[in-house]
Amino acid sequence: MRVVVAMSGGVDSSVAAGLLAAAGHDVIGLSMQLYDQRSSPEAFGSCCSLDDLHDARRVAHSIGIPHYLVNFEERFRETVVQNFVSEYAAGRTPIPCVHCNADLKFAELAGRAEAFGAECVATGHYARVAFDEDARRYKLLRAVDRNKDQSYFLFGLSQQQLAHAMFPVGHLTKPEVRAEAQRLGLAVADKPDSHEICFVADGDAAGFVERALPDGAREGEMVDTSGRVIGRHQGVHRFTIGQRRGLGLSSTIPLYVVKLDAEQSRVVVGPKEALGRDEMTAGNVNWIAGTPPASAIRATARIRHRHEDAPATITPLPGARAQVRFDDAQLAITPGQAAVFYAGEEVLGGGWIE
Amino acid sequence: MRRPVRIYLDYNATSPPLPEVVETMTRVLAADFGNASSVHAFGQRAKATVDEARRDVAALIDADPGEVVFTGGGTEADNMALRGAAEALEPLGRRHAITTAIEHEAVLNTLKSISRQGWTVTSLPVGETGIVAPDALRAALTPETSLVSVMHANNEVGTIQPVAELATIAREHGAIFHTDAVQSLGKIPVSVRRLGVDLLALSAHKFGGPKGIGALWIRRGVRLSPVMTGGRQERNRRAGTENVPAIAGLGVAARIAREKLAHASDALVELRDRLEHGIVANVPGANVNGDVARRVPNTTNISFDGIEAESLLIALDLEGVAVSTGSACSSGSLEPSHVLKAMGLAHARTRNSLRFSLGPATTRAEVDFVVEVLPSLVAKLRRLTRPAAAVR
Repeated sequence: MRVVVAMSGGVDSSVAAGLLAAAGHDVIGLSMQLYDQRSSPEAFGSCCSLDDLHDARRVAHSIGIPHYLVNFEERFRETVVQNFVSEYAAGRTPIPCVHCNADLKFAELAGRAEAFGAECVATGHYARVAFDEDARRYKLLRAVDRNKDQSYFLFGLSQQQLAHAMFPVGHLTKPEVRAEAQRLGLAVADKPDSHEICFVADGDAAGFVERALPDGAREGEMVDTSGRVIGRHQGVHRFTIGQRRGLGLSSTIPLYVVKLDAEQSRVVVGPKEALGRDEMTAGNVNWIAGTPPASAIRATARIRHRHEDAPATITPLPGARAQVRFDDAQLAITPGQAAVFYAGEEVLGGGWIE
Repeated sequence: MRRPVRIYLDYNATSPPLPEVVETMTRVLAADFGNASSVHAFGQRAKATVDEARRDVAALIDADPGEVVFTGGGTEADNMALRGAAEALEPLGRRHAITTAIEHEAVLNTLKSISRQGWTVTSLPVGETGIVAPDALRAALTPETSLVSVMHANNEVGTIQPVAELATIAREHGAIFHTDAVQSLGKIPVSVRRLGVDLLALSAHKFGGPKGIGALWIRRGVRLSPVMTGGRQERNRRAGTENVPAIAGLGVAARIAREKLAHASDALVELRDRLEHGIVANVPGANVNGDVARRVPNTTNISFDGIEAESLLIALDLEGVAVSTGSACSSGSLEPSHVLKAMGLAHARTRNSLRFSLGPATTRAEVDFVVEVLPSLVAKLRRLTRPAAAVR
């Protein structure tokens, strides 16, 4: 079977490619160039930099598969970066990786893959896909390695996309993946994991937003939960819900950002108790099954990547929205992040926290 | 994995070295290892090899061997010409250079670098034909103009510039005229006398020679400051121990190019036209870019509506067919062509065009295979992908 592998140059996608090739598949490696590498090669973060593209090429060569770069600069700017900037400017905390996965890797890349005669698109994500014989549909499952699980970033996939998706490392643990890389003789076996947002240098999201949107950085007031002004700030995009450090306030009790109001350019801070909420709504909800459940369901919901999903009742609302009522209050429910719904191992769907 | 037959249609990027070139280079590499500057017999033998190659290169371009300087490739020859001339012209105080918008990066970026040293650079427009109008040069000349650089044949669309006419205009104005002939050598007759230029850059690997070797022809009497400083090789023009095997390879390639040029070119035109007509007739929305009459025999540049060249290039490579698009950036991913942009083509068309460049080993069967597979690949891409230009 011909398979296109999205290769970032990291160990996970390299092993994905290596395993597929070793299994006898006709593998084609594609790497996405997402931003202009020439202007300042050192200024970018850890994923998909120029060195990583070279690593991907090197791995492809060593496992004997063709490798190509696809220039997705314009698409990336328009579907991922612009959204990232406008979300921050609107007082939300975005996760660009979800858009990159659904709108680039599994949309644009899949179209190309099919045109190149490939049946599937594989990535190095830690997740699993399975076909449910009874329901005649595909299921998205958590990775075997719970610490590495990336199913949270894949909630936007459609049945059509899952039908052509492969996650060859989803059934392996990270140490096993590194061992496979060693066994396959891949040069990237010891390469450190990437954590940061790839196009933001040094994790400086605020600086990135300011460069992209020079007049988006409006300073404003910092107020407590009763509305009393207790300080000033340099722009709502510099804050995220639950943030404690860097507020520039002196207080006898620890204060946290509890709300961002971009319209009034206002940052609301309060004690830890003010961070807790047991209810939220999500928009642009995607249900993996293709259709929302007929009525409210019991599930667990995860409100950010590093969050233990919590029991909740989820009620589908019209207009691809959903209401999530947690059994227990959750800290720092952050607009712009994704809320992803699980039933045990299975990802039911997810949406964007409003 | 399926191993397709490989069809090479990217001769403008590089050409396979001719068997005679490989044979000569292998022999020279092993046997003539002497330093051409050495006094002893080993040096003399190497020097003789270099001089023989110099005669062959000179003969190919209708020049005097004493005017040929070997360089480490076409890019270095362009650098030597432009930087060397600019520095030598400094005392004149006329710091205006003219070039075209469709030059190779070797010229464009070298002039950009010179402009940071206080020079003004004017870029001549080309229009949809991809050919510079002599009147455009006349209009751009100023009393400050002392250097003009116009390529002979364009690498992407293959159009041939009216270099003889342009050189006359420049020289009447008292300006030095350089031409980058990297893409015309071995494809069409090139005579430095008939072109009337002052400087001409060439590269071996574009016509069956090895990579990393080229030459700059410098008209006797033209003053150039050396760019590479060091020893006194190449009559003080280019320091550094001569790369004797590569120079010998260039010499052989030049000799063969001169012998075969006349009849090879007709055959190439026929094959190129067969490919071009086949594609245009069988792929809806396929259009040839640039002037179809005034171009080198081996090149055709074709745009395909509604797709991205990058994807078509990959799809063709998976079928075993090697072609290319305009420029590649540092990572190797493809960028919109500055040449097609300069020709005034729409944004989409600067990203949906492929260059097919044929060579002496190209066969009719290969051309027919491309014409056969291309229509369905284009149709598939149109159905399954959307060009970035449509995303905005």
